[in-house]
Amino acid sequence: MELLLAVTVGWLYACGLYLLLRRTLAQVVIGLALLTNGTNLLIFVAAGLVRGEPPLIGEGQEVLAAGTADPLPQALILTAIVIGFAIQAFAMALAYRVYRSVGSDDIDALTTTEPPPPPVAVQTAEGEP
Amino acid sequence: MTLLTALPVILPLATAVAGLLLLSRPRWQAPIGLAGALALLAAAAALLVRTWRDGIQVIEVGGWPAPFGIVLVSDMLSAVMVTVAAAVGLAATVYSFRVVDAGRISAGYYALIHVLLMGVCGAFLSGDIFNLYVWFEVMLMASFVLLVIGGERPQFEAGLKYVALNLLGSVGFLSGVGLLYGAAGTLNMADLAVRVGEADADARYYTVVAMLFLVAFGLKAAVFPLYFWLPASYHTAPAPVAALFAGLLTKVGVYSLLRVFTLIFTQDTGYTRELLLWISAATMVSGVLGAAAHQDMKRILSFHIISQIGYMTMGLALATPLALGGALFYMVHNIIAKTNLFFVAGVVRRLRGSYELKDLGGLARAHPWLAAAFFVSAFSLAGVPPLSGFFAKFIMVRAAIETREYAVAGVMLGVGLLTLFSMVKIWTEAFLKPSPGGAVSEGAVGAASWVPVIAFALLAIAMGVGAEWWWRPMELAGQQLFDRTGYIEAVLGGGAR
Amino acid sequence: MNSSILRTMARLLASLLLLASLYLLWRGHNAPGGGFSGGIMAAAAFVLMAVAFEPMAGWRATRVSPLVLIPLGLGIALASGFAGVLAGDGFMAGQWVTVAVGDGVKLGTPLLFDIGVYLVVIGVALAVIIPLMGEEE
Repeated sequence: MELLLAVTVGWLYACGLYLLLRRTLAQVVIGLALLTNGTNLLIFVAAGLVRGEPPLIGEGQEVLAAGTADPLPQALILTAIVIGFAIQAFAMALAYRVYRSVGSDDIDALTTTEPPPPPVAVQTAEGEP
Repeated sequence: MTLLTALPVILPLATAVAGLLLLSRPRWQAPIGLAGALALLAAAAALLVRTWRDGIQVIEVGGWPAPFGIVLVSDMLSAVMVTVAAAVGLAATVYSFRVVDAGRISAGYYALIHVLLMGVCGAFLSGDIFNLYVWFEVMLMASFVLLVIGGERPQFEAGLKYVALNLLGSVGFLSGVGLLYGAAGTLNMADLAVRVGEADADARYYTVVAMLFLVAFGLKAAVFPLYFWLPASYHTAPAPVAALFAGLLTKVGVYSLLRVFTLIFTQDTGYTRELLLWISAATMVSGVLGAAAHQDMKRILSFHIISQIGYMTMGLALATPLALGGALFYMVHNIIAKTNLFFVAGVVRRLRGSYELKDLGGLARAHPWLAAAFFVSAFSLAGVPPLSGFFAKFIMVRAAIETREYAVAGVMLGVGLLTLFSMVKIWTEAFLKPSPGGAVSEGAVGAASWVPVIAFALLAIAMGVGAEWWWRPMELAGQQLFDRTGYIEAVLGGGAR
Repeated sequence: MNSSILRTMARLLASLLLLASLYLLWRGHNAPGGGFSGGIMAAAAFVLMAVAFEPMAGWRATRVSPLVLIPLGLGIALASGFAGVLAGDGFMAGQWVTVAVGDGVKLGTPLLFDIGVYLVVIGVALAVIIPLMGEEE
């Protein structure tokens, strides 16, 4: 099971990085999502897999019995999912905005921030009151 | 049990909540932001004094004891950084008063600054590696939004690049955390330090994990060869935001490098320090050469951020108490000088409507005070005595010579010279040479913009003239970083109050 | 989207989703569930209404902007941390009271914190999604 999940993690990373190197905005955003999920799975595998032993403290006991699953990685993953959700939502909204303002989803069209900046870009660089 | 250690996190959150709840009243936004920033600075200063007097402060959140619960730890490094962050936050808030447009204010501009400050202070204080990740993300979310709100196409494009690169860094960071937990079974940084150092621990495995952290933090700190995103994004932000980013965000990366490579990953220092040494030298040289090649004021300053980062990580690579304290001294000096340069660039932009050096000129005659503030900050950055940068570089060079790294000392001095060159370039082009268009119509600049500019210039002078006095807390921080047992005992030892 | 099947079902499903989200929120401090999963489910209910009718369809009845939920939730979560300070146990330390309903229901600051998270999650999700849907016109 560890091996299968480890391969899955590697596969997710590979797909994520491949998509990240593509020229299409949407693919970049999806690539980032895959990378985030790969990481979540990595935490899950790295902390060790325990099958069928949920981390529940039995009736009348004070501490967890030995051999139960570690609840902490799950808490970490949950937190990471929340953060990943927020950032991916933001990245998607932003990618959409970029697509609307650039009129293309080609990464190579995103050139206004590179030198030499066209005059239009410099004038909008700071908001006037 | 004292709340003081947690206040630098709680106060900005409370301020942000108040600001966002009153979002429909734009007039209240700036006063709330100002009040919050003042309170934060007061709390941070109180924390600094207490850490200086009573030693490392630890608070166990929720009353759960370390290493099981989450701890906030304030040693001298954390306390100094929190105080400087609060000062920069206050200055950026004041600077924003007349500069930021109504659209940004009603989108929660001032509240977002406080969310950013909360993330920064949380990262500085966190004693738990996973919480460090969470604070990083809080800070990054706030910075993403600050970069793009009220923006146009350049801001969106820069924002997307910034988001993508930082997310990639976060993935590396989180992978490192996962692998670290998988092997050590703990997330508390002091506990990690103990576990990683244990005799039966696999040093090679931890070195691999350390490299993940190096890439992740290196990306955020913008070290060679991971700095390419910085000049592409910072210069599109409005002046106070760019100043805040330039002053604080990369420094959080440097802080994290300092923290994990002095506290946790000390198992294979021969390899990691050698690597850091080369990275630092390459960062210094490539950053300063990039600055020399450009003609846009904000872009030049962006490249200087990179070259200066190299000096700080060099302190980590040399890893003597003097070098580590020097890295902190350098960081504080750099935050003050760099933030102010971006403030000045913003004022120049408002006066003349451009950042391009070829469009600028005659500012020294027209605005001697602005020229003086620029002069002080720029030449402090280049390391001209008696300004703060001179002592920062002096300490670093001395640390290099003491460890017999003469080549490193040479690189530092050479990069200082090139820094001077590009600062002189801005100085002659923007301030000394006659204005290209003859008489120019000038935009108005309110007093609110002048106050932080002058205050930070004075700080840079004070840090140079009173370097002896400023050095004392940094020296203590260097010793605390060098000898990590104090930190470990404060967190894990007997109930830790 | 103009589908009468979706419209008919959306009303029913959205109310069920909201109810389920409250259930998740309620049990979250001690069982699978919690503020985040509950909040996501509630946001899904509003998004479903938005897909079936128009972007603000589900949300309009509340008469406030979803953005207000973010500081409100953050404030509640922050306030829940101070209960521990007032009781002298330290910041974020859990405080519990037993309410005499049935066998006695324990109410505590973790639930208050979860309510804060719930509100923040709904606020963030809707603040990101609804403006994007509105631009399709």
